[in-house]
Amino acid sequence: MKRNTRYAVLVHTGAAIVSMVILAPFAWMVIASVSPQRMLISTPLRWFPDHLYLDRYAQIFSTELGSVGSGFRAAVVNSIVVAVGTVAVAMVVGVLGAYAFARLRFRFRRSVLALFLVTYMLPQVALLIPLYLILNSLGLLDTRVGLILVDCALVIPFVLWILSNYFLTIPVELEDAARIDGTSRLGALFWVILPAARPGIFAAIMFAFLLAWDEFMYALIFTSSSAAKTLTVVISEFAGRYTTDFGLVAAGGILAALPPIIVAVAFQRYVVSGMAAGGVKG
Amino acid sequence: MNKYTRWVRSGRAALGLVAVAALALTGCTGANSSSGDNEGEGTETINILLMKQAGYSESDVAEMIAQFEAANPKITVKPTFVSYEALHDKIVTSAPAGTYDVVHLDVIWPAEFASKGLITDVTDQFPAEWETDMLGGALSSAEYQGKYYGVPWGPSTKLFFYNADMVAKVGATPDDLKTWDGVLAVAKKIKDAGLVKYPLAWSWSQAEALICDYAQMLGAFGGSFTDASGKLTVNDGPGVEALTWMKKTIDDGLTDPASLTLLEDGTVKSMAAGNTAMEINWESTFRDLSDPSISTIVGKAAVAPTPAGPTGDHPGVNGSMALAIGAKSTHQAAAWKFIEYVTSEAVQEQFVTSSMTNWKASYTKPEITKTNPEVFAAAGPAYDSMILRPAVANYNPVSQILQVEIQNALLGRKTPQQAMDDAVAAANALG
Amino acid sequence: MTVASAKSSDATPRTGERWPRRKRKSQERLAFWLLLPAAVAVFGVIIYPVIRTLIISFLNVNSALATDTPFVGLSNYTHLLTNPSFWSPMGRTLYFTIVSTALELGFGLIVAGLLNARLKARWLFRAVVVIPWAVPTIVSAAMWKGILNAQYGALNALLTQIGVIHEYQVWLGDPMTALNMVILADVWKMTPLVAFFLLAGLNSIPSELYEAAKIDRASWPRIFRSIVLPMLVPSISIVLVLRTIEAFKVFDIIYLMTRGGPVNGTQTIAYYAYVTAFSDQNFGLGSALSVFIVLVILMLTTVYLRLLRRSEMSLL
Repeated sequence: MKRNTRYAVLVHTGAAIVSMVILAPFAWMVIASVSPQRMLISTPLRWFPDHLYLDRYAQIFSTELGSVGSGFRAAVVNSIVVAVGTVAVAMVVGVLGAYAFARLRFRFRRSVLALFLVTYMLPQVALLIPLYLILNSLGLLDTRVGLILVDCALVIPFVLWILSNYFLTIPVELEDAARIDGTSRLGALFWVILPAARPGIFAAIMFAFLLAWDEFMYALIFTSSSAAKTLTVVISEFAGRYTTDFGLVAAGGILAALPPIIVAVAFQRYVVSGMAAGGVKG
Repeated sequence: MNKYTRWVRSGRAALGLVAVAALALTGCTGANSSSGDNEGEGTETINILLMKQAGYSESDVAEMIAQFEAANPKITVKPTFVSYEALHDKIVTSAPAGTYDVVHLDVIWPAEFASKGLITDVTDQFPAEWETDMLGGALSSAEYQGKYYGVPWGPSTKLFFYNADMVAKVGATPDDLKTWDGVLAVAKKIKDAGLVKYPLAWSWSQAEALICDYAQMLGAFGGSFTDASGKLTVNDGPGVEALTWMKKTIDDGLTDPASLTLLEDGTVKSMAAGNTAMEINWESTFRDLSDPSISTIVGKAAVAPTPAGPTGDHPGVNGSMALAIGAKSTHQAAAWKFIEYVTSEAVQEQFVTSSMTNWKASYTKPEITKTNPEVFAAAGPAYDSMILRPAVANYNPVSQILQVEIQNALLGRKTPQQAMDDAVAAANALG
Repeated sequence: MTVASAKSSDATPRTGERWPRRKRKSQERLAFWLLLPAAVAVFGVIIYPVIRTLIISFLNVNSALATDTPFVGLSNYTHLLTNPSFWSPMGRTLYFTIVSTALELGFGLIVAGLLNARLKARWLFRAVVVIPWAVPTIVSAAMWKGILNAQYGALNALLTQIGVIHEYQVWLGDPMTALNMVILADVWKMTPLVAFFLLAGLNSIPSELYEAAKIDRASWPRIFRSIVLPMLVPSISIVLVLRTIEAFKVFDIIYLMTRGGPVNGTQTIAYYAYVTAFSDQNFGLGSALSVFIVLVILMLTTVYLRLLRRSEMSLL
């Protein structure tokens, strides 16, 4: 009994401390975004603003042409379109391919998977100019489609890996039962495997979304206007241009981080089970 | 046998599919091409790539574009703004595709870009009278080996900015700030009076900004980067003296040690917040220090030409910029029209609060100089004597070596002489 | 999902043995068509860039618009290997990889343990842990740059106000400290990911093993060493592979926080490749560097996997 309460106290304090350490930098960013500029540059630093300074958020949401806001809002739309587009394509393509890896026997199965994973090892800088030329010849520079194309190449190997590992853990008997009843392989895939693979699928969606949203170098080089510039590029410009106001960078950063945080928090309970049955067991 | 042929056939089928897919993509996305194509009857779009820090602001450029498009209804201009640090790399990555018709150049790049064929030789279109009507210091920003590869767009040098209030408080006068020795003396008084902890701030981050500051000090000590034959001479006399001087200001507690992480933006911010008393920076700094939304020292900021060193010299670092035409642009004529327009005397004179003009005449017109009197007064004489960084095709690698070694000395990891010797050795080894 | 049944799916899917041999050909064809979209989407995009980079690494290309690109064989590669300015970034990258991975594994283990424990409002704790991972790298870099600011930063303020230091430090002004700060930013962002991988591994440990250990009155350290650690080997090996690859490719954080400085102190190998290619316009050398990075990653990955072969990872 004593042991149990001691355990509980230990564990809960540990969790509290870890939470504080993890959140502290982020919390500071939140506070900074609503603190007036003169407070942020005061020494010694005053931690809490005397009043909430929401001007920066107003600036970002303002509708004046050429203001901070218009470029930012366009970037939000671009990031969403690119991330959702990448996830959609990657998941469709990934589910099909993962089924092949998990259920079918064919020569070079291992090599093909290894080949996909090797593409993950390529540093982005290696492919920069050739990719720029490809996108240019296809007329895809400064377009969202172009970014989706490039991000898919980055994301699909990961999705394939997660999904095929997860599919492997679904008992074949489930599928066999459906097949005996006359369903085709692809039918079995859709009606049997996919529902059973929800954790893995959500885990893959989450990884894919975060990867696409986070992508920076290709977005930086391949886009130039608000037609396609994503939030990561805009934030880096904020940081370079508004070094006079960390609060503004913080406000922009928080807004840029909200969508992936929401996605991550919503899907996080699938991540563990999506991986548990997946890449960690034989 | 059978297995093999099947494999080969499926391999070919795969390749075929990839090719078809690529073609299909080209087909259905060709219409959405966003690079400057001819659209409609006789209208063209040109894409321009500009810097968005010091100098002309985005709204200035928007004004210029509006005026240009009104005068040239068949040409549309699409601007892209990037930070200075990203500008060089963006010009390089986009060069093979010819994405940008007009690019913004820094004075240190014509050698590299011209010798590597990234920008168009415009010597034939460059009117002879421009060479006499424009400031000499500005012309070098577009020139390489006697030919012109662009048109100057704003001469620039670092001027000396100070908080007049603090200087007066310690009983000093602007005359005391005419030499660097004088500046240090005033700085010490300001520090001792407890007005600020570190009176001086510089942009000594590992970036080109560091070389700009170093260049100005090098000039103050009467030195230059290269000798007549083009050899690097920074490890001789003045080169080492300048560096030693810089290090000493840190050791004496007069220079903010944070300078090693600052760029020009950061030093302005520091001064605008009242944490720095004196700095050297580009002309547009005055506009920022007088902007109430940024600065807490509006009305207290003053600007003067850069102080003189022991030799009495005070050349400013040449940081002029220019506009050039991308070699692979398909709109060379329209691009030239645009450049000609925005670099003209009439247009430049509208925006003198952001950037000085290339034209000697502007400095004699009272109605122009009175729009930015302090900067004109300081900059005018400064443009007469400027120090140039080496105009070599491999300037970037050389600059990086110098940046690293200068920082080594400033951090006390090497003696200034050792650092400069190593820098020259490494630069020469580049070949 | 017990360990036993999952283990038997070893390296080949179980359906294979069940179906007659002649069906295998149709499986191959189906597999081909199922994998084709993925192959097109991935290889279609990168095959031309990879080949081009490989070719350029054997040429002397020093302009983005170079027309004269002489073949130079392996001299780009030998230039790299004999050049001290190559080994410095290499060394830094190794330091960065080892230290950040070690810290992430260590902290990740602690966090995973806490996530695995019986907590009230466990979902809340999980949501908090996930946040650094979800924050985009660029935002995280900008945030840390602001926190580490030498004149107004929160870290300086905190440490002076609680008396740990007396003067504001220039955190990003010394090469070694700056590198450690970059590691700090990376660890903050990546530890949650590592923790989740480890948690997945922890979840796979059957509770019977814990019960058996309790019956034997084994101490917690003993349990950790004999049960937890061995069962975690697969997860740890995956983390090692992923983090090593990421560390060798690290670019975004450095671009925003330090640009490789001061005195090149945070210039890792991928950043060095970028500078060589785009700042110096030496594409031949930059391409050789990229090829080199891939080879190093491949080598390290093979070494890990060989060492941990007995952990029987599912497909690799």
